[in-house]
Amino acid sequence: MNKPIRTMALFCMLLFAALLANATWLQYVSAGDLNARGDNNRVRNAEYSNKRGAILVGGRAVAESVAVRDEYKYQRVYRQPFKYAQLTGFYSYVYGRDAIELTENDVLSGSDPRFFVERVVDMVGDNQPKGGSVSLTIDPDAQSAAFAGLQDLGDRAEGAVVALEPSSGKILAMASSPSYNPNLLSSHDFGAVQDIRQDLLADEARPLLNRATQEVYPPGSTFKLVTAAAALESGEYTPDSLVKGGTPLAFDSGQPLPNENGSDCGGSRITLTDALRVSCNVAFGWLGLQVGDDALREQAQAFGFGDTYLRDLPRQAASRFPTGDLEPVYQAYSAIGQYEVAATPLQMAMVAAGIANQGTTMRPYVVDEVRAPDLTVLEKTGDEAYREAVSPAVARQLTEMMVAVVDTGTGTAAQIPGVQVAGKTGTAQSQADRPPYAWFVSFAPADDPKVAVAVMVEDAGVARDTISGNGLAAPIARSVMEAVIDP
Amino acid sequence: MSGRTPLGSLPAGFTHRRRRGAELFLLLLALVVGIGAYAAVGIGVEGEVPVNIVGYGGWLAGLCLGAHVVVRLLAQYADPVILPIVAALNGLGLAVIHRIDLGKLAKDKDATVLAGDQLVWMTLGVVLFAAVLIVLRDHRRLQAYTYTAGFAGIVLLLMPLVPVLGQEIRGARIWINVGPLSFQPGEVAKVCLVVFFAGYLVLHRDALALAGKRFAGLDLPRARDLGPILAMWGLSLAVLVFQRDLGSSLLFFGVFLTMLYVATERPGWLVVGSSLFLGGAYLGYLLFPHVQSRVEAWLHPFSADSNSFQIVQGMYGMAWGGLVGRGLGLGDPTMIPIAESDFIFAAIGEELGLTGTMAIIVLYGLIVERSLRTALVCRDAFGKLLATGLAVVFALQVFVVIGGVTKLIPLTGLTTPFLSYGGSSLVANWAIIGLLLRISDQARRPMPDLTADEDGPGQDDATQVVSLR
Repeated sequence: MNKPIRTMALFCMLLFAALLANATWLQYVSAGDLNARGDNNRVRNAEYSNKRGAILVGGRAVAESVAVRDEYKYQRVYRQPFKYAQLTGFYSYVYGRDAIELTENDVLSGSDPRFFVERVVDMVGDNQPKGGSVSLTIDPDAQSAAFAGLQDLGDRAEGAVVALEPSSGKILAMASSPSYNPNLLSSHDFGAVQDIRQDLLADEARPLLNRATQEVYPPGSTFKLVTAAAALESGEYTPDSLVKGGTPLAFDSGQPLPNENGSDCGGSRITLTDALRVSCNVAFGWLGLQVGDDALREQAQAFGFGDTYLRDLPRQAASRFPTGDLEPVYQAYSAIGQYEVAATPLQMAMVAAGIANQGTTMRPYVVDEVRAPDLTVLEKTGDEAYREAVSPAVARQLTEMMVAVVDTGTGTAAQIPGVQVAGKTGTAQSQADRPPYAWFVSFAPADDPKVAVAVMVEDAGVARDTISGNGLAAPIARSVMEAVIDP
Repeated sequence: MSGRTPLGSLPAGFTHRRRRGAELFLLLLALVVGIGAYAAVGIGVEGEVPVNIVGYGGWLAGLCLGAHVVVRLLAQYADPVILPIVAALNGLGLAVIHRIDLGKLAKDKDATVLAGDQLVWMTLGVVLFAAVLIVLRDHRRLQAYTYTAGFAGIVLLLMPLVPVLGQEIRGARIWINVGPLSFQPGEVAKVCLVVFFAGYLVLHRDALALAGKRFAGLDLPRARDLGPILAMWGLSLAVLVFQRDLGSSLLFFGVFLTMLYVATERPGWLVVGSSLFLGGAYLGYLLFPHVQSRVEAWLHPFSADSNSFQIVQGMYGMAWGGLVGRGLGLGDPTMIPIAESDFIFAAIGEELGLTGTMAIIVLYGLIVERSLRTALVCRDAFGKLLATGLAVVFALQVFVVIGGVTKLIPLTGLTTPFLSYGGSSLVANWAIIGLLLRISDQARRPMPDLTADEDGPGQDDATQVVSLR
């Protein structure tokens, strides 16, 4: 009977070898995939019971984890919740993360591969792993000015502000209104979190939306900067070239293009500088027809239209210029930022920043430094040129034209005493049944730009005829620029 | 023939050493595992060594040393490795059940605590282990109870089907209620049936081994000899159909088949039996939604309509454990439903990692190996069959349950021997170990009379059986 017993021994050995191999497969080979699955609560629980790193602005935490006496050990706390909501995002057990909490999760949770050494030390020392912290490029004064500017329009005002440092691409301020309180979404009272989220999702003003980057709006007359840039880049125009003013632009088919309030822009032939200064629709519609839709499209793309270049925040919407051969009427309307042209406030800030930075746009970023749990700097984000939008000469010409807008044109509300400001207003119509969008883009000081701003007010709940870029948006832009220039 | 000395016929003059000192040393190591794990659970969960560590550790040590003393007195030549392995597994199982208790208490102050019960069951198990060694001085006595054991086994198996007595828990009707106690008679039936198979096959193996027709290089059995195998097939199908217990069904039939093969030395039985089982299992799959849902959960654990929450949580736990585990008390094993029972292996995988799970698989492998070695050196056919049967029961049970938990095969409900919470299983497995040590003691004991050795084991056991009656 010994031979079959030996055979059975071999058979049993095979069974146990299969068990060993399968355990290795499960716990080593496929462990990473299993841990990464969304419905795996263990990984989430473990992450929750670690001390998550802070999000810092100007050296102070705007989001941090504090120890609490419940089963999750730490509670995420947002110190200035509404002001920074769209930047920090939330950190919810039930609904996950958003914004920096999402994109920098590996750093904040401590699972980033750069923390390998720390994790080994923690494991040997039997300490709970700690997360690293992230410091943002945000200028706290500029952010306060931006958020206060939107708040002053009213609690339910819809709008956004973006400020960039033209030479580096650093995002100095980014505010969106209405905002929300991320503390409520990050609470450990999951029932309440669910209710809050239902309310936020049901809210027609969409408080969870970051209007600065996640939605596109008709840029209106601020897009005339792009049209002017295309004309100047073509080499056939200078700021003193005469362009058509006066009577509405008529087409073979479609609505004639009139000026705002039926004015004649100061004559039937005006200079390009004057056309921008008074924001002459007829002149820029005509100019759009002259340079053609291909040149407009290329110029828009050179500033970043059609692309998503922001790496630090999720769900950036790409700004757009209509594709395909456009009929003349649409070419003209596109040239003044109407028809299907749509841009994020960030994109229009990029246009201003590109002009301010001698024609070169820089890739915008908001994560300045990544720090290890012991606060040593692990990585500092470097500046990166994004695209050369216009030549330095054209940038200079555009700057002068924009200075004229603020000095004596439609953008006088942005004037700062003792500082030369370059800017452009915009008031864009979309549908007849909703208020127009008020825009203002600018940078200052014009000779040595420190800050470029775009302000967009979607709905401030004010009477329709009082809505204008100069009236609603320019004052906010001015206060943000002031906050950066003299802190 | 192969030039080496087969283990079954040891060289003349060879005697096994008793190795009781080695057993004691290994037992101390096993106690370090058991008590150390208990302390580690306390440190991991509450940050301090449990206050009752002395009482608990003393009780565990007392049980182990008591078992050792019984072996030293009554089974001097028994295998020295098996008892320490069992002690280590049981100690670790207790610590992990205690850990799961603490995890449950953290979530619900009124949760049922099980570790205390399990310690009582372990005590009963050790008592039964000692009783087996004390009462049964020679395993061949059991041969006299062949048909009694067979009858008892079948009655025990069918008991859960009796209307008032039987109780259905989580889809399987394998429990009976006796007063306040609930009991899984299948665990005891397992031992009875192995005794029955061994006794039956010793008597009938010549008839069963008679060659039937030769087909495709295999000696197929005669049709008239198919009776018992068909009866056993019917019984295991009945378990599958009426108790909806896939694991036990596979276990009983697999053990019967391997013992039949060992007794007759005819692989043909394996072919016939495996085809019967596969056919029956496939029929079961087609007929019973219960079986289909298990297979579905195995094939597509992540599909939404799959009834696989438990197995997926087990996999997540084991993956989260990774190579070295979260540490005892530092994982979250209570996320796996009923982790203290069938899925205790996954809880161990989470907290002790691949290192721990591999160690446990190897420990089980060693028990099987030592038992089969006992079967090889055993001098009588009944003992050989009994030891092989018990070893294979063990191996199959470990394979079915661990393979199910780690998603190697479809999940079927069986307990993890010595680790899972459950009295019937623990007590029955301690009895199995008692039987194995008894056989091992007989097998390794020096021959009392050298003249008896010359006829060879086959002739020998027939005369011995008679002399004992």
